[in-house]
Amino acid sequence: MIATFSSATDLPPISAPDIEYSLLAPVFIIAGVAVLGVIVEAFWPRSSRFLVQAGLAVVGIVAAFADTIWVFTDLDKLDGSRLARGQVAAEGALAVDGPGVFAWGILLIFGFLSMLLFAERRLEGGLSGFTGRAADAPGSASEAEAIKHRVEHTEVFPLALFALVGMMLFATSNDLLTMFVALEVLSLPLYLLCGLARRRRLMSQEAALKYFLLGAFSSVFFLYGIALTYGYAGSFRLSDIDVAVTNRTGGENMLLAATALMAVGLLFKIGAVPFHTWTPDVYQGAPTPVTAFMAAGTKAAAFLALLRVFFVAFGGSSWDWRPIIVAVAIITMFLGAVVSISQTDVKRMLAYSSIAHAGFLLVGFVGAYAGAKDSSRITSTSSILFYLTVYGVSSIGAFAVVTLVRDSGGETTHLSKWAGLGKTSPVLAGSFALFMLSFAGIPLTGGFIGKWTVFSAAWSGGFWWLVVIGVLVSALAAYFYVRVIVLMFFTEPVGEGPTVAVPSVLTTTVLAVAVIATLGLGIIPGPLLDLAQHAGAFVR
Amino acid sequence: MNEYITLSLILFTIGSVGVLVRRNAIVVFMCIELMLNATNLAFVSFSRQNGNLDGQVAAFFVMVVAAAEVVVGLSIIVSIYRARRSASVDEASLLKS
Repeated sequence: MIATFSSATDLPPISAPDIEYSLLAPVFIIAGVAVLGVIVEAFWPRSSRFLVQAGLAVVGIVAAFADTIWVFTDLDKLDGSRLARGQVAAEGALAVDGPGVFAWGILLIFGFLSMLLFAERRLEGGLSGFTGRAADAPGSASEAEAIKHRVEHTEVFPLALFALVGMMLFATSNDLLTMFVALEVLSLPLYLLCGLARRRRLMSQEAALKYFLLGAFSSVFFLYGIALTYGYAGSFRLSDIDVAVTNRTGGENMLLAATALMAVGLLFKIGAVPFHTWTPDVYQGAPTPVTAFMAAGTKAAAFLALLRVFFVAFGGSSWDWRPIIVAVAIITMFLGAVVSISQTDVKRMLAYSSIAHAGFLLVGFVGAYAGAKDSSRITSTSSILFYLTVYGVSSIGAFAVVTLVRDSGGETTHLSKWAGLGKTSPVLAGSFALFMLSFAGIPLTGGFIGKWTVFSAAWSGGFWWLVVIGVLVSALAAYFYVRVIVLMFFTEPVGEGPTVAVPSVLTTTVLAVAVIATLGLGIIPGPLLDLAQHAGAFVR
Repeated sequence: MNEYITLSLILFTIGSVGVLVRRNAIVVFMCIELMLNATNLAFVSFSRQNGNLDGQVAAFFVMVVAAAEVVVGLSIIVSIYRARRSASVDEASLLKS
């Protein structure tokens, strides 16, 4: 076998790959706009560059979203034991299927809302929330000069778009090599974006350093897991790995090691315990618009990749990985809920809340309920898609509120400063309260329906006891969220209290969309649930 | 064949121990690069074992990704160094609960 490659003349001819451009157009649009952004960065005059970059990013995302809708309605329906739509594209590198295209849609929505937050310039007196010149040391004379000349980093828009491309590829990658490249494409711009805050720059740089070192460390584990999987199955293609795993062709130990190492990389990205320690630090230190983008987007993309790897490639060995994931789900929910109670910083508290949500999502994931042909019960994949939509929109809204509560030093994130916010600005505090209620899973909010769907999928998968634990932990977590609401509405403000900045139409739009979506998905969840259920299973 | 895989595992372990015990961000980053190279060795060895070229192609991809990671990582570490005159990961401790 090895002798096949002994001389160059024996190699088979290389044929040109066949790329389905029309199916992959949303990804190409975002990638193209990102590259265009880099060119604009080089050639456009500085005075009007910010508006051009922001406009380009928003228009690109809207165009890609419109195309995503078209791709979704046009997906082929596959005959099989269960509903699946779509096809494997780009020579097997990508799976453009129902869940993948649904994820494109929600990622683009998160990207759109985040770009509006990125472009907000009224809060810092006409400048964006990103540092003017990242190369200057904080507090140095050159930094003061950069502020004086009103320099701005407009690269943030192309960087965020590159991250968005990575997320979209990560959610649809059908072989492990593509998945690794997508993981890095989504991570590298985010590492940089984390270090670009205008205020509290030392903390922001520290967040970038921590995120980078830990992120690179975890992605190497993911990569070694890929290497071992390749050694076991002889291929990177998820469907080939599935065949090898189902037939148990190789050594059991190697498969277990490969599964564990890949799980480390993916669980790090979704922020599950015990790989969660980066989450609070990075969420707190990063510029708030970036935190919003990261919280919603990375989690959605990484969950899709996790589902795809474990349902498609390692589906045949689910008895090996399920017990571990069950344990991870329980401690993630519990730790996220308990530790958020002791937090005094709003951004850290939202970070722990995001950890707890990763736990609830994992409950839906271990259920691994794939559905039956004529059953209308919601599958694990569909329930997670719905939950990710609700969670992402609410958390972007919550972080948008954080950008508006300020004092002289920028955002004031200490919880004690938020006391009495409900009296000074009832609308803002009311919308934050709504997001808190949605996180807690109170009925008539999207969070309730989301929790109900993941628990129902886990129940269908036979994990009723895990659902009981999940409901108990939700009750525990609700205590904390309600405490924040009490603090905002029924506590007297301490001293001066925070000032609430008047945002431009951009942040107002984000808040309005988040409030409407959170309420709307709670009161009439039907259409989106149908859409998620309609997405069907992963194609192989 | 097993010797190469064992060597790759040893290199990977040295790298991960280095990440955990070393305190200078540059050295930590070098340990991560060592782990990436250990992975490349595993890819190439498995490629020969499996008798297909996928693993060797993967090694090229990993090299490119590692190069991109160096650019991003060093820029972050240099900016931290300029601000603090130190690249120690212990001194970067403003963010705590």
